[in-house]
Amino acid sequence: MSLKSRFLLLGCLLSSMSAPSFAEIKVGVISSSTGPIALVGIPQKNSIPLLPKEAAGESITYIPLNDSSDPTATVKAFKKLIDEEKVDAIIGPSGSGNAMGVIQFAAESGTPMLAPVGTAAVVLPMTEQKKWVFKTTQNDDLIASALVDHMKRTGVKTLGLIGTADPFGENWSKVMKKLASDNNIEIVANESFQRQDTSITGQSLKLLLASPDAVLIAAPGSSSVLPQTTLKSTGYQGQIYQTHGAALDPFLKLGGDAVEGTILAASLMLVLDQAPETPSKAIATKYVEDYQSLYNKKPATFGGNVFDAGLLLETAIPTALKTAKPGTPEFRAALRDALESTTELSGTQGVYNITPEDHSGFDERGRVLITVKNGKWQLLEE
Amino acid sequence: MNVQVAALLGQDGLTNGAIYALLSLSILLVFTVTRILLIPLGEFVTFGALTMAAIQTGKPLALEWLLAALMLIDIALDVYSRRDRTVSRKQYQMIALKAAYLAVVLFVTQTFTLSELPMLAQSILTLCLIVPMGPIMYRLFFQPLADAAPLVLLIVSIAVHVAMVGIGLLLFGPEGGHTKPFSNSMLQISNIFIKSQALWVIFSALFLILALFFAFERTLYGKALRAAAVNQVGARLLGISPVFAGKATFALAAFIGCASGILIAPITTLYYDSGFVISLKGFVGAIIGGLASYPIAAFGAVVVGLIEAFSMFWASSYKEIIVFTLIIPFLIWRSMKASHVEDE
Repeated sequence: MSLKSRFLLLGCLLSSMSAPSFAEIKVGVISSSTGPIALVGIPQKNSIPLLPKEAAGESITYIPLNDSSDPTATVKAFKKLIDEEKVDAIIGPSGSGNAMGVIQFAAESGTPMLAPVGTAAVVLPMTEQKKWVFKTTQNDDLIASALVDHMKRTGVKTLGLIGTADPFGENWSKVMKKLASDNNIEIVANESFQRQDTSITGQSLKLLLASPDAVLIAAPGSSSVLPQTTLKSTGYQGQIYQTHGAALDPFLKLGGDAVEGTILAASLMLVLDQAPETPSKAIATKYVEDYQSLYNKKPATFGGNVFDAGLLLETAIPTALKTAKPGTPEFRAALRDALESTTELSGTQGVYNITPEDHSGFDERGRVLITVKNGKWQLLEE
Repeated sequence: MNVQVAALLGQDGLTNGAIYALLSLSILLVFTVTRILLIPLGEFVTFGALTMAAIQTGKPLALEWLLAALMLIDIALDVYSRRDRTVSRKQYQMIALKAAYLAVVLFVTQTFTLSELPMLAQSILTLCLIVPMGPIMYRLFFQPLADAAPLVLLIVSIAVHVAMVGIGLLLFGPEGGHTKPFSNSMLQISNIFIKSQALWVIFSALFLILALFFAFERTLYGKALRAAAVNQVGARLLGISPVFAGKATFALAAFIGCASGILIAPITTLYYDSGFVISLKGFVGAIIGGLASYPIAAFGAVVVGLIEAFSMFWASSYKEIIVFTLIIPFLIWRSMKASHVEDE
């Protein structure tokens, strides 16, 4: 018997003596706090101390791991959490690509995974494996439909697209092509760029020459700024739309005058003070305040996605505890079933109504149209 | 495609090409003198740009503490290496000078409101913070294995690059930054618009290249570096210290990298990890020059910038592929042309 397993045995003995509350719930959290998607991962990692500490009298322990944005490291971290830590659920990872790579392991081991990632591909189309995955962000098409509605109302007939050459930009291009043709909007130019590009003049000129009524920029984080500043400086006059990828305060700071008048759809976290009173608003306000008192700065919406995952678990755990004890496969299966039957749960990002077909569970209450006015986010009245 | 579009793309290509040319020259310089492929050169670019951005937005700088830590290690090593030998007065003076420099830099960063300084002062301060890291980097990581095979030096170089990217994330955060332009005006020649910032970049790069040329042709130190590049052993016999040559080239490379960063920061958004791709394009230029010829390397780098700009217009998704595929025909041409000499 190895030393490690002796300790384990000793631990089991000790913990069984201190019954009845011998089982604690373990949740692994994988975030990318370094590497290319650190922008997303850092607020997510920072949100871990704000997650619920207990549910139905059972304490919840969080085991944070960093995958440094590397999909291989994500798989390793995932296996470690499942095989060694025997976690009951996993929140993460931060990246879309990283999440796609671990779905099969979540399904094999029967561990519910709450992915705070952008791409809808982790839950759509629903398969036997993706049954174990829940997504705590709005699907791209939900955000896109808000933007397309606005375009239709303001008479946009032709649209230029520019997106990053990664899963985020590509999925947006796919979603927009479908939505635009459904709404008689013609996509006259579709360009792509890399996040680290130092110049986007070529793509901007091509958009400019196609002279669309409006341009949609689909890029995550600060990379959404450069296309817009370049478009403005080459003299583009039309309306510029952004996705929820741009919904970050650095966007305003980096963009300056060039981002004035941008329209984007995102969760209400950006415009909390102007948003109508809803349960989501109260939760988001409290989350933002707690985060601010801990770190002295506002969280990006990405952090809210992890916080919501905690809320989902907190709601599902009491139901799951009725069927099984934490640390067992039965508990994990029960937890999955409980998560799947979440109804009308308000989180920071909107209201969750999860069904077996829809593991994201948002409706239009989850997003608002926002514009930039005088260098500040402003709720756009519909 | 019309004349205006071509002019805008050409302008963009020349601007980027000028930066790549500067970087390819420093890669070449460091390589010929020390046999090190300076992968972390790109990090000097991003450190320069992000430090400027941090200064202008009034964010607290953390870089001066990194510099302080590195300099203290450097001084400690100096003292330690002299412990059982008599220390000449000159060496004491050197140590005192380093300590004084550090004190002045720390004093400036701690007392002034940096965001209110004029832009020239901000640029000089940024250079003062970053350039000393070059020679210290050589002293700490490369000097102890100066005689190692180029492959070992390359591996160390990659390690330093990875470490610096990590430190960059820690110091500047993941958001990326850009700075205010030196001037906002546009020049108009008939119906073609030229951004004055682009002219700033192109003319500064030209000026730096010419300055380097004269330094190497006309000054004693420049000639010493050239000698070290031509033949290390021979230069040593004539009293040119390889340590000095290494430190001087690293200082030059850090200066050029940092200056490039300050120059392009107003026209783009740079992230803590943008440096690698930028220096890689300078590297393509250096390869075109066969890692030996300065004028061909500079010319090649400008071509890289132009091809990048035009491929961005015609096939944006394949831009990087087109740029980096360029290297293959040149490698074939080079290897067919050159008589192959086994390098160590």
